[in-house]
Amino acid sequence: MPTPSHGQARTTNHHYVWETTVLNIPALRWGKPYESMEVDDVVHFITGEPIAKVSQANGGLLQRDMRKAAQARAALRDIPCDDLIERVKKAGELYLNATLPLGDGTQSPDEFAHMQSASTGLPEHMCKANMQKNFFVLSHMDQMLEALTRGLDLNILSRGFGVEDRGVVVSYQAQSPAVGLVLPSNSPGVHTLWLPVIPMQIGLVLKPGPQEPWTPYRMTAAFTEAGIPPEAISIYPGGADVGAAVLASCERSMIFGGTPTVERYRGDPRVQAHGPGFSKILLGDDIVDDWEQYIDLMADSIYLNSGRGCINCSGIWASRHTKEIAAALAERLGPVPVLPPDDPNAGLAAFTIPGVAPAVWQQIEAGMKEDGVTDMTSQYGPRLEEKERCAYLRPVIAHCESPDNALAKAEYMFPFATVVQCPQDKMLAAIGPTLVCSAITEDESFQRELTDATHIDRLNVGPIPTIKLDWLQPHEGNIVEFLFRARAYQIPEERLAQAR
Amino acid sequence: MSSTEQASAADVEAAAKQAREALDAHAHEIVQWHFHPSSGCPFWLEYAQKLKFDPLKEIRTFDDLKKFEPFQDEWLRGGPVRRWVPKGLADQPVYVFETGGTTGVPKSRIAMNDFRTDYELFSATLPEEYFPRGANWLMLGPSGPRRLRLAVEHLAQYRGGICFCIDLDPRWVIKLIKKGWMEHLEAYKQHCVDQAVTILGAGHDIKCMFTTPKMLEALALELEKQGTSIHDAGITGIFSGGTEFTPQWTRFATEELLEGTYMTPTYGNTLMGLACSKPVTAEENYKISYYAPQPRAVLEIVDFENSDQVVGYGETGRVKLTTLTKEFFVPGFLERDEGEREPPYIKYPWDGVSGVRPFHELAEATTVGVY
Repeated sequence: MPTPSHGQARTTNHHYVWETTVLNIPALRWGKPYESMEVDDVVHFITGEPIAKVSQANGGLLQRDMRKAAQARAALRDIPCDDLIERVKKAGELYLNATLPLGDGTQSPDEFAHMQSASTGLPEHMCKANMQKNFFVLSHMDQMLEALTRGLDLNILSRGFGVEDRGVVVSYQAQSPAVGLVLPSNSPGVHTLWLPVIPMQIGLVLKPGPQEPWTPYRMTAAFTEAGIPPEAISIYPGGADVGAAVLASCERSMIFGGTPTVERYRGDPRVQAHGPGFSKILLGDDIVDDWEQYIDLMADSIYLNSGRGCINCSGIWASRHTKEIAAALAERLGPVPVLPPDDPNAGLAAFTIPGVAPAVWQQIEAGMKEDGVTDMTSQYGPRLEEKERCAYLRPVIAHCESPDNALAKAEYMFPFATVVQCPQDKMLAAIGPTLVCSAITEDESFQRELTDATHIDRLNVGPIPTIKLDWLQPHEGNIVEFLFRARAYQIPEERLAQAR
Repeated sequence: MSSTEQASAADVEAAAKQAREALDAHAHEIVQWHFHPSSGCPFWLEYAQKLKFDPLKEIRTFDDLKKFEPFQDEWLRGGPVRRWVPKGLADQPVYVFETGGTTGVPKSRIAMNDFRTDYELFSATLPEEYFPRGANWLMLGPSGPRRLRLAVEHLAQYRGGICFCIDLDPRWVIKLIKKGWMEHLEAYKQHCVDQAVTILGAGHDIKCMFTTPKMLEALALELEKQGTSIHDAGITGIFSGGTEFTPQWTRFATEELLEGTYMTPTYGNTLMGLACSKPVTAEENYKISYYAPQPRAVLEIVDFENSDQVVGYGETGRVKLTTLTKEFFVPGFLERDEGEREPPYIKYPWDGVSGVRPFHELAEATTVGVY
């Protein structure tokens, strides 16, 4: 039976046209397709036309399936970790380059980028760049796992215990046969976080974001084609009840959301909550007079990937020259125009959910009215651009005379940053939780304080953009430590040899 | 297929005409009762003083009820509750049932026998095979000042059984959801389910139950965890209700939770009573169509902008409820639900509603608790 050909792009100078047949995408219950009676239309953010109809699961269905989660891990444990790593690498190639099955049709890499752009508002070239990131992680999986496990023999994860070369018995116990993921719609970059799960022989329970079903399904198709057992992966698109069921049913889950979500799950060992990053660049007193040298680094940290990531910089902190820095950043970023999503120069993503961009802009405008806050980008034209079915926010740079200004700690899903005037000796007490901190300073005393600051997750010491990630290092907690618990495991001497 | 379902369009049309005549007569009779100084309740008698028409003279048919402004359920908040008691029934023992009340003053509705009448009528729709007479019941649903608790117990007794009840406070459930105390929510749900499992395993010969979709799901999953099931626990018939009763959920329950145990969805509330559903089948894609117990209550699906205008069959509108009993008169109340208008069929020869869900303009503010 011929598979429906579902996409053909046609781009003109003024119009962006995509002719498409709507794909029907089922839920996946441990690899088995399940067509629900409830479907969600994923629509193109410009035309409003449906791109796919995605079957919606219900919470109870997921909870029932979780009874079989042990089978997912069992199927993966039948395959040695090294073999799984090779298959995952192959999956990376397929994900990047192959036309793969999707629902009742197929999807080429270009179609993937187009569909992801069409539903999330992210420009297509950024979707393609995100594909490269996922590919990089998959193709370097052996190095990543070696780094994250600090060189542990992965068979020890498989078996639950073993003897290291130094003759010490170690045991790592899987805390859940499958890990649940409640994924967002607005940030395709987050998927790199769950890619190492399968080669550690842990199953996946994915709840895609409503506008971004593409990566979970494409990655699953690539995994399956590469020989990962289908019964190791479930995908449950659905509403809030499905997200709640993921968190209730999986002993280990990751959820992506706003600050309230992060607060809600703080201290819950079963849940790793990923929220806003509030990533920052701190300019030390020793280098701040040379701030012009770092303006590219600052602008890139704010603007690249449309400022959507939690690793994008939302605050530049310095003790002096802050107004000049803010003016220079505004001059650089303020004129950035709204361009169609297929334009290779498009730097801004659309807000595709009605009402969000105006609400964000309203909040920012309110913040700008506070004493000590200056809108540095106002001279570069209106920031809010509303279209028929979506809206854009052009880059905003604000200057804050004090860390006490409310905007000083704000973060939004577009290129937005405040330049905050703050004495260096007050900075660490004032910055608040910070996912990525790029501290540009040679001051060893300041560096020591930064290293010890527990509210900073990823620390870059030196002129490193916040968005430059070393994939071989942990991100918001080491996933190996999240999924496996190190514990004591004693066995008689004669069995030690077998465990080597 | 039963003979009733094989009825011709002409049969349905004739039955619908007859039902409409009965409804017109009933509407007239009920208005006469509620607005006559000798039998009406203080609320309506006082209300009539402000009207520019005389209900006793001008309300002759069901359509004439449009002369009243839509009923505001806010009128039901606060006392004195006796203002709702018709003089003609003043010597009867009075119940008060509440709705809402998670915060603030709940809405109250008085009742004497309506709940018994409604559930006796509902009893006649239950298939004997799955709801055997004499069987005992489990009520795993909202308790406290709610009509459902007493109504289900009466249903069980009316059918010759005894009803076991679990305490379930929906106001606490909604409070837990609003506070985001999901662990407490789970613990409370488990607390209720544990009690149900204990009762079911205690040798009481329980074969029938009322429960909500969420509690049914939780009970089924718990029983499954214990190596048994709803069916193996002896339950043969379930009646359930709530706007979460979607075709997909019904399919899921039928295919994966019930193992042949019969389940009938219902739609109801304190104001209306109980709307029964047309049999729900896989052949009809688990479509759920509800029919009110006319002429005691009437469901209309009306235009979102004009509540006097019913929408076409199959079209979407807001659910409008009219209650016409001697105990309580509600002339057109706009429910917090919407759905599609369904045509009459021979068993219920009047309009029904399918696809019931929270009214889209209010849905975001609606917290669905145990339902």
